[in-house]
Amino acid sequence: MNSSATFRIWRGDAQAGEFRDYQAEISEGMVVLDAVHQIQARQANDLAVRWNCKAGKCGSCSAEINGYPRLMCMTRLNDLPLDRPVMIQPLHTFAVLKDLVTDVSWNFRVKKTVKRFAPRPADAPDGTWRMAQADVERIQEFRKCIECFLCQDVCHVLRNHQLMDQFAGPRNYVYAASLEMHPLDTQNRLADLKDRHGIGYCNITKCCTKVCPEEIHITDNAIIPLKERVVDEHYDPLAMLLGRLFSGSRNKANTRA
Amino acid sequence: MAEYDEHHHDVLVIGAGGAGLRAAAEAAAAGASVGIVCKSLLGKAHTVMAEGGVAAAIGNVDERDNWKVHFADTMRGGAYLNNWRMAELHAKEAPARVKELEGWGAVFDRTPDGRILQRNFGGHRYPRLAHVGDRTGLEMIRTLQDRVIYDRVDVFMEFTILELVRDGDRVIGAFGYDREKGGFHLFQGKALVLATGGIGRAYKVTSNSWEYTGDGIALAYRAGGELRDMECVQFHPTGMVWPPSVAGILVTEAVRGEGGVLRNKLGRRFLFDDIPPLYRDQTADNEEEGWRYTQGDKNARRPPELLTRDHVARCIVREVREGRGSPHGGVYLDIAWIKERIPNAEEHIKRKLPSMYHQFKKLADLDITKEPMEVGPTTHYLNGGIKVDGDSQMTTAPGLFAAGECAGGLHGANRLGGNSLSDLLVFGQRAGRYAAQFAKQNPAGRVDPEQVRQIARRAVAPFERNRAPQEESPYALQRELQETMQELVGIVRTEDEMRGALQKIENLKERAARVEVDGNRMYNPGWHTAIDLGNLLVVAEAVCRSALERKESRGAHFRLDYPDKDERFGKVNMVARAGHAGALEVRMEPIPEMPAELRQIIEEMK
Ligand code: SF4
Ligand code: SF4
Ligand code: FES
Repeated sequence: MNSSATFRIWRGDAQAGEFRDYQAEISEGMVVLDAVHQIQARQANDLAVRWNCKAGKCGSCSAEINGYPRLMCMTRLNDLPLDRPVMIQPLHTFAVLKDLVTDVSWNFRVKKTVKRFAPRPADAPDGTWRMAQADVERIQEFRKCIECFLCQDVCHVLRNHQLMDQFAGPRNYVYAASLEMHPLDTQNRLADLKDRHGIGYCNITKCCTKVCPEEIHITDNAIIPLKERVVDEHYDPLAMLLGRLFSGSRNKANTRA
Repeated sequence: MAEYDEHHHDVLVIGAGGAGLRAAAEAAAAGASVGIVCKSLLGKAHTVMAEGGVAAAIGNVDERDNWKVHFADTMRGGAYLNNWRMAELHAKEAPARVKELEGWGAVFDRTPDGRILQRNFGGHRYPRLAHVGDRTGLEMIRTLQDRVIYDRVDVFMEFTILELVRDGDRVIGAFGYDREKGGFHLFQGKALVLATGGIGRAYKVTSNSWEYTGDGIALAYRAGGELRDMECVQFHPTGMVWPPSVAGILVTEAVRGEGGVLRNKLGRRFLFDDIPPLYRDQTADNEEEGWRYTQGDKNARRPPELLTRDHVARCIVREVREGRGSPHGGVYLDIAWIKERIPNAEEHIKRKLPSMYHQFKKLADLDITKEPMEVGPTTHYLNGGIKVDGDSQMTTAPGLFAAGECAGGLHGANRLGGNSLSDLLVFGQRAGRYAAQFAKQNPAGRVDPEQVRQIARRAVAPFERNRAPQEESPYALQRELQETMQELVGIVRTEDEMRGALQKIENLKERAARVEVDGNRMYNPGWHTAIDLGNLLVVAEAVCRSALERKESRGAHFRLDYPDKDERFGKVNMVARAGHAGALEVRMEPIPEMPAELRQIIEEMK
């Protein structure tokens, strides 16, 4: 399918910007990131874009493609309609630095406010622990996270309401869950999740889960269980009552929102 | 123009992959104030891509394993060009370094009795690789990152170091710029650790990310450091070959560890036809035995697919050259066949190799549980690197340490799979410890402002060149260099071709002085590429000149004009450095005599 297609790429910085059209040659198997690189090498040397692995493992190349948050390196052109321009723009939730590059430093700052891992004393004299595979699988799912921040981008609490100072966002709940549910961990992060990290703002729309390239069940496996733990620990008569009435975990957690 | 911000730390670490983060954690634990400078965001460094596992003789799966076996395996794999002291320390300390990660939150796959599970890998006698499916690197970098962010460590993300700053011979800081905003920064450190990784971007087909432009190696070289074994570039036998846009992306050796086999287009397992004498006793001579080995039979010998990477890569090249390759110029790697042997093979493959399954499904429309993959060699790793002291990791420039892939010595002429992640841990920790110690014993150096101004002037020159007919594009030059190295200094080398490559490199050096970039200093990839190019040219020349001097074939270095090992060269390392006139010089340095105790281990394990 040697032909060409139009890519409508957002160019600009924090002050101003606009979409510009570029033509790129298309060959078999190409992904969006290939097209961006081709444009960068041939037509727009200073086009800013983040990437590292080109294999969906590092989470650097997040952008919005035809309005949908995705990894550019894992989005194949033959999955997109090429009869019209492919729209590529930076993540909406975070401030633009330049072109497709946004300032995601907030995510790193918030992560540090989640209390660090604190293991129980070692199980064996050689300083090691015993954990069953079945018990670690649950958090191995969370540890697949590549910190692409697509979930942060799509979550309305951040995207529309910009509640960065009250809400840690799905990525950081996944992080908190990976620690809270770690078989060795002794720390308690529930009060923080409730007060400092605003998990109550999440109303379980599951948009985050839908965009996660690692297919982590962010809402079902991380957020809802955390919400339940918060509810259990921070006794809240209304939530308890509703929890009992509906006995479905989703409803129980929902009352926190 | 030379306005800049200043930062002061006891220990400055350049690079935030596994080695850099491990060094930072150690230096911080020793009470040093630490700065880390990295080209990408935190947690994106190339360590993330490591798949198969981390080698450590813990002996959880096979209790016969111990440091001595690991040491002997590493030396044999490296064809005895290794710094034996590093190989010894690495084998001894890797188990503690891996176990310690568990206390930092890492979650490795488990044995039935709840301990760290270990898998088979090429060149390792026993199952030795602790792993998490096929995303071990991600687990490691995240564990280290999530430790360091809580320490007294300042992280400077998306910064590039242009040059090291010196006070006499001693390295006392680094000068660079903020990639996002373009501003200049001076980082003063009482000690510095280079942990910048490899040089894959000097080649066209590579598993490495854009960051791998040999920065640390070139920085050390220009600051008076020495480089060793630069001719030993590792080509991983299995990279993707189709579709073209993903060519080079790694297909983990774990596929073969789990029972995957290599076949040519005739369906033949061609590796059985060519087993090197050094490995004959340890290698299965029939398919049945090879299969049993991958399934944990301790009495079986390993299949030839798990021979060292250099050998497997060359056999693949031979199959392709002689017309027995797959349609897109590779060979077949088949894991789907195991369904003939085990029930639920599909589930098993998806569980053991989840990201490989995902990668092929997404990028090549291919289901590895049903069809064979097409694979071929890809530039993967630099076995050599900056010459360091085996114990402290200090380079030949005082105050400058190096660890991880950018440092040379541990792997000799060829690295075993899994020995990279353990290298990062063991020598990252050592570099951090000794750098912190050096920082305690030495006051901050004095910065010469003129030195700094010059670095800044050189850096912005590409913006100031007038548009002339002679203008050169940094992208085009990088491309030409990559093609040159790929074709002329690749897996199979000859004197003539390498002479040609050197000429081309000289030509590129001249043209690099005329590179021009558009736009301004804010997040400008054109400018970044222009700067990386200077480093790539240094490492390309070092690879080429060292390879010319090694007139034999050994490990990853294969010469068609000298296809055999030559004892005389087995006793020396190639060491490159900037000569007095500024030209790159290569000398042969005798390998120090190994202590009797280590020699005996090697004899016993033969
Ligand atoms: S489920 Fe919660 S965290 Fe996820 S997108 Fe919806 S509101 Fe945000
Ligand atoms: S949870 Fe998923 S979407 Fe969110 S940052 Fe991690 S990998 Fe990306
Ligand atoms: S470049 Fe690493 S995820 Fe896309």
